[in-house]
Amino acid sequence: MAYNSDVRKVYSDQLEDLKSQGIFKEERAICAPQDSEIEVEFPIGSEKKKVINMCANNYLGLSSHSEVVKAAHEGLDSRGYGMSSVRFICGTQDIHKELERKLTEFLGTEDTILFPSCMDANAGVFEAILTEHDVMIADRLVHASIIDGMRLCKAQNDSYKHSDMAHLEEKLQLHQNKRLRMVITDGAFSMDGDLAKLDKIVELAEKYNAMVFIDDSHASGYIGRTGRGTQEHCGVLGKIDIITTTLGKALGGASGGCVSGRKEIVEMCRQKARPYLFSNTVAPVIVEGALRVLEIISRSTERRDKLEENTKFWRKGLTDAGFIIKEGETAIVPVMLFNAKLSQDVAKDLYAEGIYAVGFFFPVVPKGQARIRTQLSAAHERHHLEKALAAFIKVGKKYDILGKTKQEIIDKYGM
Amino acid sequence: MASIKDTILQYVKNEYLETDDDREITYDTPLISGGIVDSFSMVSLKVFLETKFNIQIPDAKASPEAFDSVNNIVNLLKEFSIKE
Repeated sequence: MAYNSDVRKVYSDQLEDLKSQGIFKEERAICAPQDSEIEVEFPIGSEKKKVINMCANNYLGLSSHSEVVKAAHEGLDSRGYGMSSVRFICGTQDIHKELERKLTEFLGTEDTILFPSCMDANAGVFEAILTEHDVMIADRLVHASIIDGMRLCKAQNDSYKHSDMAHLEEKLQLHQNKRLRMVITDGAFSMDGDLAKLDKIVELAEKYNAMVFIDDSHASGYIGRTGRGTQEHCGVLGKIDIITTTLGKALGGASGGCVSGRKEIVEMCRQKARPYLFSNTVAPVIVEGALRVLEIISRSTERRDKLEENTKFWRKGLTDAGFIIKEGETAIVPVMLFNAKLSQDVAKDLYAEGIYAVGFFFPVVPKGQARIRTQLSAAHERHHLEKALAAFIKVGKKYDILGKTKQEIIDKYGM
Repeated sequence: MASIKDTILQYVKNEYLETDDDREITYDTPLISGGIVDSFSMVSLKVFLETKFNIQIPDAKASPEAFDSVNNIVNLLKEFSIKE
């Protein structure tokens, strides 16, 4: 069938529908390397505006770090631009094996396999290791990529209320007749900024004979005393059977991800995980950059310590000003506004004040829980945060939400 | 003994509402289109119905529409000769 006007209409109607619902996403062009202060064109083509970036996953500020950029250049010179192959044909270089070894060491696991992204790792891992005789029991707030991976897998899926350990225990009891049980959770939850109760989860998994899977993408590199992630924070290093994580956030911010964990599971992924088998190897430039990132964060905790300080300052500043934030330990700090339109209006006004932060609402977060998600970075200096806080307070006053309870905000603006 | 309707309603409240969630759920409350149950966690509901009433609901029948309210679920169960 030709792409005729009827076909075109099918899609243009859907796009119009997204626009009328107010959920049409538009990109903004950043005309500089990723950093705490960036020049942005929004809409694309409009005049550039200098803004403080409060929405990057650049937790350790390593995305444009001079040492990382230099290492990437060296990788380009020594190992070329690309491999034009998947890993198992002719796409594995010595540096890929070295990065897998270094990640294994860093995460305290048995073995690691690189994927083009953590999205790919999550899409491939479940199908590679579980069958229809098994069950996957996931926290209801896990990342979309995990849900997609679970859908590709024949094992039965089930879920438990967010971080509700009693509910998880019920589900583990319910599924005792399965061959294998796997508890699945994010380490740090990307929309709420809280951490999984991994100590409790490991305890339950031991009691009910289940494996534990975590996606630690929003924690690797900075959560835990030495940045090894949620498992370090919760005192269960070495007890997590499968960790997926990304090189696209704190660990350099470019791309690439991995499955790290029990050696048989990693080997099963090498044999069977489709995104690993059928997509290109991670580019040498990224591998060398990531190796340098691991070296930087292994020699000093300075960057994660600074991020922790920034996060404390930011959480306290917002709370003292009268905003409602989601409590947590991570550098993800959601400012709760509850009403979808209010979240968009506040984000727009913040942008006018030179602060780049994004409003999220249903279906990205549950109905009535719209918010501005702010994210801290070790690249933020105190003056950036002071300016951002002043802007939040100014906009908060305009909408008269400071010091107000959830109910008062809902009464004023609706759910 | 609780009616089938109330058994399902009670399950939905326990399974899907957080402890601090004070939303009122009735027999007609839209569960999926209303954002209480998402398509991902709908599976728990299906497993519950299958176990409780000893039936197998084919995927084709376990549509978001069929599960969208307690009343819709009760109608679906009638197809399996499960009635009050």
